[in-house]
Amino acid sequence: MNLEGKKQIWSSYQKDIAEDNYYYARSCIRQNFYPASEVTFLRILREELGKNIFDDPNHTTCTGIGYHSDIVPFDTIQTVIARHFALMTEAGLENIAISCVTSFGMYTEILDLWEHFPEQLEKIREYLYKATKREFNVPKNIAHTSDIIYKFREEIAQKAKYKLINKETGEPLRVVEHIGCHYAKMFPTKGVGGAEFPQVLSGMIESWGGNVVDYPERRHCCGFGFRNYLIQANRGYSVSNTKKKLESMKPFKPDFIVANCPGCAMFMDKWQYTLAEMEGVTYDENGYGIPVLTYEEMAGLVLGYNPWDLGLQTHQVQCESLLDKIGIEYDPKAKYLDKNGNQLPIPESPMNLKV
Amino acid sequence: MIDVLIIGGGIAGLETACSLQDLGYETVIVEKEKTIGGHLNDWDTLFPTHRSAAEVLEHYTEETRKRALTIYLNTYVISIKKQNDGIFEVQTSRDVVFHCKSVVLASGYQLFNAERKEEYGYKIYDNVLTSADLEKRLKNLQGEFTTPTGVTPKRIAFIHCVGSRDEKSGNHYCSKLCCVTAVKQAIHMKQLCPQADVFCCYMDLRMYGPGFEEMYREAQEKYHVQFIRGRLSEVAENANGSLQLKVEDTLAARPSRLQVDMLVLMVGMETAKSTELFAQSCGLECASNRFVKTKDHHIGSNQTNVDGIFTAGASIGPLSVFDTVNHAKSAAFAVNDYLKAMK
Repeated sequence: MNLEGKKQIWSSYQKDIAEDNYYYARSCIRQNFYPASEVTFLRILREELGKNIFDDPNHTTCTGIGYHSDIVPFDTIQTVIARHFALMTEAGLENIAISCVTSFGMYTEILDLWEHFPEQLEKIREYLYKATKREFNVPKNIAHTSDIIYKFREEIAQKAKYKLINKETGEPLRVVEHIGCHYAKMFPTKGVGGAEFPQVLSGMIESWGGNVVDYPERRHCCGFGFRNYLIQANRGYSVSNTKKKLESMKPFKPDFIVANCPGCAMFMDKWQYTLAEMEGVTYDENGYGIPVLTYEEMAGLVLGYNPWDLGLQTHQVQCESLLDKIGIEYDPKAKYLDKNGNQLPIPESPMNLKV
Repeated sequence: MIDVLIIGGGIAGLETACSLQDLGYETVIVEKEKTIGGHLNDWDTLFPTHRSAAEVLEHYTEETRKRALTIYLNTYVISIKKQNDGIFEVQTSRDVVFHCKSVVLASGYQLFNAERKEEYGYKIYDNVLTSADLEKRLKNLQGEFTTPTGVTPKRIAFIHCVGSRDEKSGNHYCSKLCCVTAVKQAIHMKQLCPQADVFCCYMDLRMYGPGFEEMYREAQEKYHVQFIRGRLSEVAENANGSLQLKVEDTLAARPSRLQVDMLVLMVGMETAKSTELFAQSCGLECASNRFVKTKDHHIGSNQTNVDGIFTAGASIGPLSVFDTVNHAKSAAFAVNDYLKAMK
């Protein structure tokens, strides 16, 4: 592996990421499965980096999952996204920060379409006006929220309480990074580092002390693939894709996986439980599975945030082994307390995946 | 005033210069590199005979020496201007301006930069080479052949059409010579590493020249090289430095994974950047493949749209050594006809 070769490719895929003043476009999946990740993103931007970001309660789904499942027509999703741009315009903002990789792909695709087919843009302006009486400007800058964390990775490193280093051995942690397909595969120039050797997550990992694991099935789908999962009969295909990835990364003994896509984080995490139940296999040495983090959770850990505030207890693969490796302090008793200190129900333990 | 200025000191330029000198014309060669011979300097053996490239180069070095040809090395041509009197003014990087009656473009080609096919991992994975890299390794080989990471290869794959017939990389045309080069190199690898399994992943096999088809047959029957019809989609590195290839086998109608110790990318030929610059400076017409367009494909392949500017060799498109030498000889006759008509 020649890092210089990667750097050469990275130099061709650098993008402009706005410095400040963002309109926040939330993710449906992340709000439900990893709500603390989005909260952490806002906390990092506002409290650590002093940025202005507007979290708008009027923002809705982009309908991307429906679009990719052939349920939502293209004109409809364009109009929904045009409404988001109208909300951004009404808020006096020009930069949009998108939490979901599929939304990011949709916004990017639609902006590209409007650039090439201005008559389509005019048609959508008309649709939106008829439906809502709203008007909009297209954003000046469009960034995925992982782009923004990447942009400020060195500032975060300066404030870091922990590094991605094994406390016992002093060695960098081995980190698998996984980029969502819709982040850069459709438009390689819109992703930091391009589609083949993306830099967006590896840049964070390296800045915060870890080493990136480059394993053979690095580019393979996480297993979500929309229809693979959404149609129940296809779910075996979804699991088999995730299994392929996990088997490929296993010999590299990764300490954790980090993803920038809601679906990727979810499937690589939850299918580890499924595979453990189906086949009795786990992909770490001790039977706990490989923890899967979002990039905000990784940033939050580095910044010394309480792991339970980051929502790590809501993951399928539990993270204590990782916390211990880094040397992060945590209170095991507080794992299932709500924000007022009340005990929440403790989930049952799986049969084969240790907790 | 010189009669003919020849741009490029590869075999096309040298052959043209020798032939024109023999016809009694005063010729000058300008070559951008520090030595003559062009790409042949980097090549180990030539298809289809496996003859040493150095032998051919030696022949031209000797012919050049015998004729005491004037050659300016380390010299770039910046522009070519045809004046009203029909004389060409050629500006070079040495602050030398040549005035000549005719110009021969023998500026050849450049190899496709395999880094542009990012998914193949060239310059990222140590055991991914280009066909040109392999020739250099073979040329400098001392002792046992090993991969760049020092392993005796047990499995080797050649990927045809890297940067050729590939619209995504801007090269829609066939580079013509990569197929036969892959067959030659595959045989060479089997000779050096008889225990190795050697695979060639191809789109079509274009064995157009004399002896090519025979060599392809020999590769299958005698050396058991395995030909897989299908494209490579991506390359990844295993923990031990070996490579995992995802390829399509279109005859078996299925995707497959190949594990190999070394991967060779058969890089195609592109027009030399310098040729594009000359073309712009003197209004030369180029074809859709960006090589210089010939005035008449069938009966005027050395002439261009500018009277007095001729082509020799791969400045008009991918050509083998065999074709290059013939094209260069015919360039000399075309120039001769032009200069005689001038008198």
